Amino acid sequence: MAGLAFVWFFFSIFGHEAFLSLSGARSYLQVSSEIGILAIGVTLLMISGEFDLSIGSMIGLSSMTVTLLTINADISMPLAALITLLIVLLLGFLNGIIVVRTGLPSFIITLGSLFIIRGVTIASSKIITGRTQLGGLETANGYNIMAFIFNNDVQVGGVAFPISILWWIILGIIAFVFLNKTQIGNWIFATGASKETAELMGVPVFKVKISLFIVTAFCAWFIAMTQTTTYGGADVLRGEQKEFTAIIATVIGGTLLTGGYGSIIGTMIGALIFGMVRQGIIFAGADADWFQVFMGIMLIIAVLINGIFRKKYVTG
Amino acid sequence: MEYLEKNMSQVENGQLKLTNIYKSFGSVRALNDVSIFTEPGKIHCLLGDNGAGKSTLVNIISGVLTADSGEYLVNGKKVNFSTPKQALNAGISTVYQNLAIIPMLSIYRNFYLGNEPIKNNYFKFMDKDLAISTTKQELTKFGVTVNDVKRPAGTLSGGQRQCLAIARALYFGAKVLILDEPTSALGVKESANVLNQLVLLKEQGINIVLVSHIIDHAYDVGDLFYILKMGELAGSYDKNDVSSKLLRSILSK
Ligand SMILES: Nc1ncnc2c1ncn2[C@@H]1O[C@H](COP(=O)(O)OP(=O)(O)OP(=O)(O)O)[C@@H](O)[C@H]1O
Ligand SMILES: [Mg+2]
Repeated sequence: MAGLAFVWFFFSIFGHEAFLSLSGARSYLQVSSEIGILAIGVTLLMISGEFDLSIGSMIGLSSMTVTLLTINADISMPLAALITLLIVLLLGFLNGIIVVRTGLPSFIITLGSLFIIRGVTIASSKIITGRTQLGGLETANGYNIMAFIFNNDVQVGGVAFPISILWWIILGIIAFVFLNKTQIGNWIFATGASKETAELMGVPVFKVKISLFIVTAFCAWFIAMTQTTTYGGADVLRGEQKEFTAIIATVIGGTLLTGGYGSIIGTMIGALIFGMVRQGIIFAGADADWFQVFMGIMLIIAVLINGIFRKKYVTG
Repeated sequence: MEYLEKNMSQVENGQLKLTNIYKSFGSVRALNDVSIFTEPGKIHCLLGDNGAGKSTLVNIISGVLTADSGEYLVNGKKVNFSTPKQALNAGISTVYQNLAIIPMLSIYRNFYLGNEPIKNNYFKFMDKDLAISTTKQELTKFGVTVNDVKRPAGTLSGGQRQCLAIARALYFGAKVLILDEPTSALGVKESANVLNQLVLLKEQGINIVLVSHIIDHAYDVGDLFYILKMGELAGSYDKNDVSSKLLRSILSK
């Protein structure tokens, strides 16, 4: 919270006045919402004690698959999106089942799937189309329906805000309620804090983890649909490094890398900070490369603070 | 399994009988033909050196491990637990020294872990108000007064954590309470409180199995003493027939 206020004031004072305008808000909220939706899945999964580094590659795969199915296979785009969703959810399930069955760190397993999924996406795109970028979705069958859901505008004070901001808030509220008010939410915290104890108390920790890998995959698909409808096409490299930015937003939001503690509201603030800094630096006229420096520093500070918190409660 | 669990939870008494239990880990014989009998209203102490097989026996009773061979009866009926949940459903609850509670999780969330009170069946909303008030009330019964049960359980003292775990076990219908080294990390006063609580529970008809290194603690509260040596039962003694001095000398032989 303090971090958010600081960032806002920082760019309000040093930034261009455009930062304070509605269109300034539009610009950083759009960035925040994209990272934010992804970070919701990442947060739930991280609280349960796992990572998914393959979500960025799932975005590339989703955007390519939905475009290929729509344009090359001539399937109506909503149906193509649904088929894509099933594939991506299956990949999330596979990530989950491999992690819980082998007991290996999800960091390694999903690093592997990151390369596999990205590689398969690029290679098959080249084989099928001879290219790594595809366009022309705007005129495709069913594009209108998809654009209505994922690439719409909501008018606020004469400025067109992208609908992804609304989706971000809706998905955030659902995840918040799910995590804090339901039985499964309790299981997620317990699984991440102590898998052994949770198991002894009868919590189905494997099911919890696998489900959250699937939820994370869903978030990747959601972002892919937003991007694909926005750009009217696909790029095999879509979503590159998004896994890291989503983790950064999550950690800045106070979620422990080691699991067991975290909050959706924190993550939403983390994503907001992320968007503000990225667009704020541009508004301030500075080189956008400074953004990376700034986020790196924020990340390290956040991890230090989170570590202090953890020490306090783990040792009592 | 479903049928078994249902059957077990109906039985009120809570009596355990394990006969001719064998358990090996590779070439290590952790339990070699061990038999014990425990019943409600008594405190049974498992004594023995490091590596004697106490925890292995406890883990078999609580469904964490299954025996290689031997018979396990609960209330006279044969059981074959393959998960701790099945033992829990049969009224057998285990309090582990380190794994009893989750420090990062709030006190009330720990209390209800795995047994969350549900408000709305479809969305499985937790009834937090109920959880909070019940947790407070149940902890008070064990001499632990906490105003804010929403704070992390890691902020409780060692003894309070043990009490939280015991209170939880009892609240969720434990007829048999197994404790592995409950006092080994506690100070004198806290140990005394935990042991006193155990005596009160025994008087209410709970079957208690206590694993302890500390013979004085065990002798103060125990009614029956099972001595394990290198995986074998080296003897069982009634409190009336044995002094703590004698126990100590048997153990060190
Ligand atoms: N999972 C396991 N794998 C291999 N060996 C094991 C395993 N668990 C226990 N053992 C071995 O079985 C024997 C009995 O161990 P157990 O933990 O039951 O002893 P204990 O009486 O509880 O000892 P302590 O007082 O140190 O807790 C030991 O030799 C131990 O090394
Ligand atoms: Mg032991």
